[in-house]
Amino acid sequence: MIRKFAALLLLAGIAAIFMGLLFTYEPDPELNTTARYYAERTAADIGAANIVTAIVVTYRGLDTLGEVTVLFLSAAIVGLVLASGRRKKTAKERTVTPAGELLATGSTLLAPLIMLLGVYVFVNGHLTPGGGFQGGAIIASGMLLLLLTDPLKHFSHTLIATVESLSGILYVAIGLLGIFLAGGFLDNRILPIGTLGTLFSAGAIPLIYSLIGLKVGAEFSSILAHLSETEEL
Amino acid sequence: MALIAMAAGFILILIGFYGALTNRNILRMIVAFTVADTGVNIVMVTVGYLRDRTAPILDNAVPAADAAARIIDPVPQALVLTAIVIGMGVTALMLAFAYRFYEKKRTLDITKCTELKW
Repeated sequence: MIRKFAALLLLAGIAAIFMGLLFTYEPDPELNTTARYYAERTAADIGAANIVTAIVVTYRGLDTLGEVTVLFLSAAIVGLVLASGRRKKTAKERTVTPAGELLATGSTLLAPLIMLLGVYVFVNGHLTPGGGFQGGAIIASGMLLLLLTDPLKHFSHTLIATVESLSGILYVAIGLLGIFLAGGFLDNRILPIGTLGTLFSAGAIPLIYSLIGLKVGAEFSSILAHLSETEEL
Repeated sequence: MALIAMAAGFILILIGFYGALTNRNILRMIVAFTVADTGVNIVMVTVGYLRDRTAPILDNAVPAADAAARIIDPVPQALVLTAIVIGMGVTALMLAFAYRFYEKKRTLDITKCTELKW
């Protein structure tokens, strides 16, 4: 009871701070200096139609490399925590009720289409809403559908790890190429910028975002595979 | 409009904190944290919203020449993209630790975790 009362008191304090923030909030009438710079210079400097992508992949590309690293670390730690000190139980020892007709038929139809949509989303990341992270998540959701249909399905960890490390290495290699061929680390102008709004434009951005998409998809899939392969308690 | 979205974000944060503080079941606490996470993301996106403007994507409707007068702030959107992905990684980690906790203690009740209690 006291515990709950203390929690409510704390929440009332936080709510008071939020009320203060909410009622004194005034939306900017104009873009601030940083946003204005990005809005005005993206088309000429980067050549990407999607300004958010230009910020994520090029202007703040180093932060994105850090983000991908954090994601890799969390996927690796999930694998470590779930796998350490446990007797490996083969999939055959587990029994599950078979998936229904609808789920089984639906997933064979939908899973390839979902993966294709994921690839589409990350290849067009510089033109449309979306990009590597979203596309990777869509690919992993296709994997999740396969796992829902057949929880005993075993994804090849070697394949996932190979895709993940290859795309990570290529991502850093493209970033390093930017130092030698263009203005700096992760500069996208190592390839021609092209016409704004076409698929082969924005220099190396489609390449980098596809690699990020593959890497994120592989990381999410490895998390899913590890979680699904843990035995029932 | 921005006010409603921001209020919704703050309310989601409060709901998430309430759930995390009052529940003793670790899985419920994880769900509560993801709710609060969503609230933070909504508030951050709302800060970048400007009235009568459109998404920061250049095309025929938003020519590059007068983009600065037509688009909303793209920086919070890039930030939230990062925050969503990291939030997902953190949630997966919390679930993995919850699994290990259950394996060791055979319960999901956080009050049974007394090693660090003083």
